Amino acid sequence: MVSNNLVELRDLKVAFDGIQVLHGIDLTVRRGEAIGLVGESGCGKSVTWLAALGLLPGKATVAGSVRVDGQEILGTPRSVLESVRGKRIAMIFQDPSSSLNPVLKIGRQITEALVLHRALTGQAAKAEALRLMDMVGIPDTRRRFDLFPHEFSGGQCQRLMIAMALAGEPDLLVADEPTTALDATIQAQILDLLIELRAETGMATIFISHDLGAVSQVCERACVMYAGRIVEQGTIEALFDNPRHPYTRGLFDAIPRLDGPRERLIPIPGTVPHPRDLPEGCAFSPRCSHAAIDCRSRRPDLSPMDDGRLLSCFHPVSHSTDLATVAANRVAEAVS
Amino acid sequence: MLRFASIRLLRAMITILAVLTFAFVVLRMSGDPAQVMLGPDVPQESVDAFRKAWGLDQPLWIQYLAYIKAIFTGDFGVSMRDKASAMQLVIDRIPATLQLTIPALFLKVVIGIPAGVYAALHRQSAVDRGVILAAIFGFTIPSFVMGLLLVLIFSITLGLLPSGGQDTWQHGILPTLTMSIGGIGILARFSRSAMIEVMSQPYIRTASAKGMAWQDVVWRHALPNAAVPIVTIVGFMVGSLIAGAVVVESIFSWPGIGRLLVVSVTNRDLAVVQCILLMIAATMVVSNLIVDLLYGWLDPRLRAQSAH
Repeated sequence: MVSNNLVELRDLKVAFDGIQVLHGIDLTVRRGEAIGLVGESGCGKSVTWLAALGLLPGKATVAGSVRVDGQEILGTPRSVLESVRGKRIAMIFQDPSSSLNPVLKIGRQITEALVLHRALTGQAAKAEALRLMDMVGIPDTRRRFDLFPHEFSGGQCQRLMIAMALAGEPDLLVADEPTTALDATIQAQILDLLIELRAETGMATIFISHDLGAVSQVCERACVMYAGRIVEQGTIEALFDNPRHPYTRGLFDAIPRLDGPRERLIPIPGTVPHPRDLPEGCAFSPRCSHAAIDCRSRRPDLSPMDDGRLLSCFHPVSHSTDLATVAANRVAEAVS
Repeated sequence: MLRFASIRLLRAMITILAVLTFAFVVLRMSGDPAQVMLGPDVPQESVDAFRKAWGLDQPLWIQYLAYIKAIFTGDFGVSMRDKASAMQLVIDRIPATLQLTIPALFLKVVIGIPAGVYAALHRQSAVDRGVILAAIFGFTIPSFVMGLLLVLIFSITLGLLPSGGQDTWQHGILPTLTMSIGGIGILARFSRSAMIEVMSQPYIRTASAKGMAWQDVVWRHALPNAAVPIVTIVGFMVGSLIAGAVVVESIFSWPGIGRLLVVSVTNRDLAVVQCILLMIAATMVVSNLIVDLLYGWLDPRLRAQSAH
């Protein structure tokens, strides 16, 4: 029987040169679903998936478990990982222009993946590569097949990255901040493309971003990460309508609104702690307006709530909190 | 492309002209051929006659114009010592020099590049440290020290190889080794750092994420990118195929261009020195040109730049 769970991360930990940056991530990706990973830079969103696929540099030590269709891949020989990469789990990256090899023709970079995963060669591979380029919205594919990456715009490079990722017909596409390096109109196009392709192919998607709006467009579920841990996880509706973790709440408060009256944005005071000197207790406590004594000594576990979400907080934002009061407190704290 | 080529060609000619002018002036300012050729105790009349015969009594700029004019008509002058065509003297020596420099270049490339690449791929390993250490030794020990060291070991102590001369192929071994060791070190260092730089690029991660086997990532994605800085260094080495052997030829009494240059400079044999410098400048310029063309072939981004 094929389980509905495509990828299972269990207690995934990563350390660089002995400094722990990922403190045990548990995440299950079901077939076809789209999950967002949200958080500030350095919270471990990308590292999680680079670690899962064995793509971190040698100085990283990775522990825990990564199962694809129930089969453990962490700690397996390189050949096993290579058979998962691109074929089961494909990945696209933040900076599309430097993620494509500058000295190889774009057509060749796509056909390489076809040769690897679908055993297509020669004209068949070329035809399929042209179809993929067409599918991701590259115009005039025949002529552009022999161009080099620098002859494409950033947005087109990301489209080509996506075409390359699709070449292996993966079950999961990990999109690591795919729109961060692109300007706003292009961002929207790439998001639409990802949504469209997922609908067409049925592949699951992990969407790593600090753009909550983008995440809400692409995903059904999201994990909010902070300092190498998941602090809140739930459906988009649950998180957006009713964020419980003060950090999640803070992320929403920091988004400017297009509709409604112009309000002052409420920043989260302070900065992300360095992995080397994480505070005791809850890592967010020094920046948290809800923090109490216990937050600074004990760390809350990620536990299921009544409404199905997972939350790691002793003093969550309550359903009925007067938002204005919280906001006022936050501002006062930030100013002081 | 035509414009690119003609600009390049013009620049090459200007470079060569600059070298010739510099050599012409410096050689004439730094000593009198008549004194050197004839010896210290000759009568003034002989010196004057010699100077007149070779045109040295003329003002410098007239000599210079005559020289440049002669060059453009294919006349490279006559050796004051041998009274033979200077260019012919130089050309006769070229094969001997190439007998050393070409095998040395071959060794540099086939040992230096793989060693550097291997070290980069096994960073922080014992092999990596070994390669770095050996490379530093290789290019910090000057060739005159290295040459004497090798003679001490292989000729004097072990008695395996001859220490000088050009009689058999064994005579070529020590000079070739001496010449290649520094270059091996330099190429190993450059290949290593180029490869380390490339391996940290996002597109290498992309290639791995695609599911490519590690060795394919290295061969097909990393090496072509590391080629540009490596080709630059190899280009310099090709450029110095003729010039690079001055010290080593002197140590091992190898009758090549390098020794001819030393002897001719000592004797103020102006035409010969100028011919040698012309040859050296020409090889440098040609190899630079080849490297420039290779850049465009290796890196399409540079091709786009040079077209504009």
